[in-house]
Amino acid sequence: MSVAVSLFITAMVVLMIVGSVWMLLATSREQPGQPTGNTPKDHTWDGDLQELNNPLPRWWLWLFILTIVFSIAYLIAYPGFGSYKGMLGWTQQSQYQQQVDAANEKLEALYGQFEGRSVAELSTDSEALRVGGSLFAQHCAACHGSDAKGARGFPNLTDNEWQWGGSDDQILASIINGRQAAMPPWGTVLGDRGVTEAVIYVQQLSGGKVDAGLAAAGKKHYDMLCISCHGADGTGNAVLGAPDLTNTIWLYGGDFDSLTESLVLGRNGAMPAYGELIGEDKARILAAYVRSLSH
Amino acid sequence: MIKHTKLEKNIGLMGVLIAVAISFGGLAEIVPLLLDASVTEPAPGVKPYPALQLAGRDIYVREGCYGCHSQMIRPLRAETERYGHYSIAGEFVYDHPFQWGSKRTGPDLARVGGRYSDEWHRVHMIDPRSVVPESNMPGYPWLESNVVDPDQVVASMRALQVLGHPYTDEEIEGARDAVVGKTELDAMVAYLQGLGTALKERG
Repeated sequence: MSVAVSLFITAMVVLMIVGSVWMLLATSREQPGQPTGNTPKDHTWDGDLQELNNPLPRWWLWLFILTIVFSIAYLIAYPGFGSYKGMLGWTQQSQYQQQVDAANEKLEALYGQFEGRSVAELSTDSEALRVGGSLFAQHCAACHGSDAKGARGFPNLTDNEWQWGGSDDQILASIINGRQAAMPPWGTVLGDRGVTEAVIYVQQLSGGKVDAGLAAAGKKHYDMLCISCHGADGTGNAVLGAPDLTNTIWLYGGDFDSLTESLVLGRNGAMPAYGELIGEDKARILAAYVRSLSH
Repeated sequence: MIKHTKLEKNIGLMGVLIAVAISFGGLAEIVPLLLDASVTEPAPGVKPYPALQLAGRDIYVREGCYGCHSQMIRPLRAETERYGHYSIAGEFVYDHPFQWGSKRTGPDLARVGGRYSDEWHRVHMIDPRSVVPESNMPGYPWLESNVVDPDQVVASMRALQVLGHPYTDEEIEGARDAVVGKTELDAMVAYLQGLGTALKERG
């Protein structure tokens, strides 16, 4: 803050206080030569409503004086006179920092007990799971649901189907670095008929009763285009995030229309990276909580 | 003649004196801020909104998102724990008008960028309860079918350029290509994913 701005603010504040005092004193006395007290002024409304001209009641006057005294004391203790910092040295930042430090002290004690412990170990610690549950509600529930059962396009974390692998390290890596799935769109490559055939074959893979002829035609497409990610037997590949197609768990739905949509348009499910936002310690507690959901 | 009768019977004079009386607070609290660089200069990394995000911002205003969502994280520990680093003045220099809001029926969005996937935002905007069953946010399914008007975006950027946003003429010319064919949902997601990401320290 420049000196001129500081002086300007100080002048305004002083002017305001002096002005208030002047206004108060000017209206607190009976003015000489003016009608006072119970002498009515020269007009009457509604037959009998009259205006008198009394000064402020004393208790009211003193209340005002008290607020002015308070304001001066406040301006000495806290910043207000331009760049003057106030005798207490209070700042918004330092007050915030105090709150954070006080909270961190408590949290250090809480998180300290989890430090350096493996995800597997934490997943059997009831205190870690309690904390993990809160962290999950704050950071994960929006996509995976408050019951962790997910939604269409957002994986269920309570079953044993893992798109990116369900080992402790894989779960932790998913949380810290995020995941980006990339199923390409095959609509233009396969054409309408090709898509239908491939979809029928995928339904057969997951145990559906389908037209064998169409499925056989679909297998040809599968062996050419899908096999590199989803594997020869259709069980998928956790490294690529390619889901297992042989069970009945479907991220985007397993009915004909949903599968067709997945095949035609492709899918690009993404899990954001939370490493920078929450740090590794919290990520480990979260991984333990997620692990506990399906164990 | 009583002195204050002059005031009470002369509404023009009374108006002027009221204006003078209430100006002091503004002169002491508002005017100095207009001269303070920490308020008027962008924070490091803060840039004017790219065309698509700007279009999304206009939709955010049109749909009245500010009625339920604030974009202002106060320096209180409980808020920074949930939403990230508190908002600073320099983050809002390219917000005309700012979207601080004053009510949180939904969560604060000042740093929502990058927290959820694009796909989540799309699904959530069309039908919030399909991903968050507890949500009471209304769906905005029409955003998916409405198309952004490139002329409108270019006009907005020109207007903001007059207001002092450092858009170059090339950027404004390129805006048309950046938004042509995009849906309002695309624009909205782009806007939301950019919110609060300029500040390095977000945690």
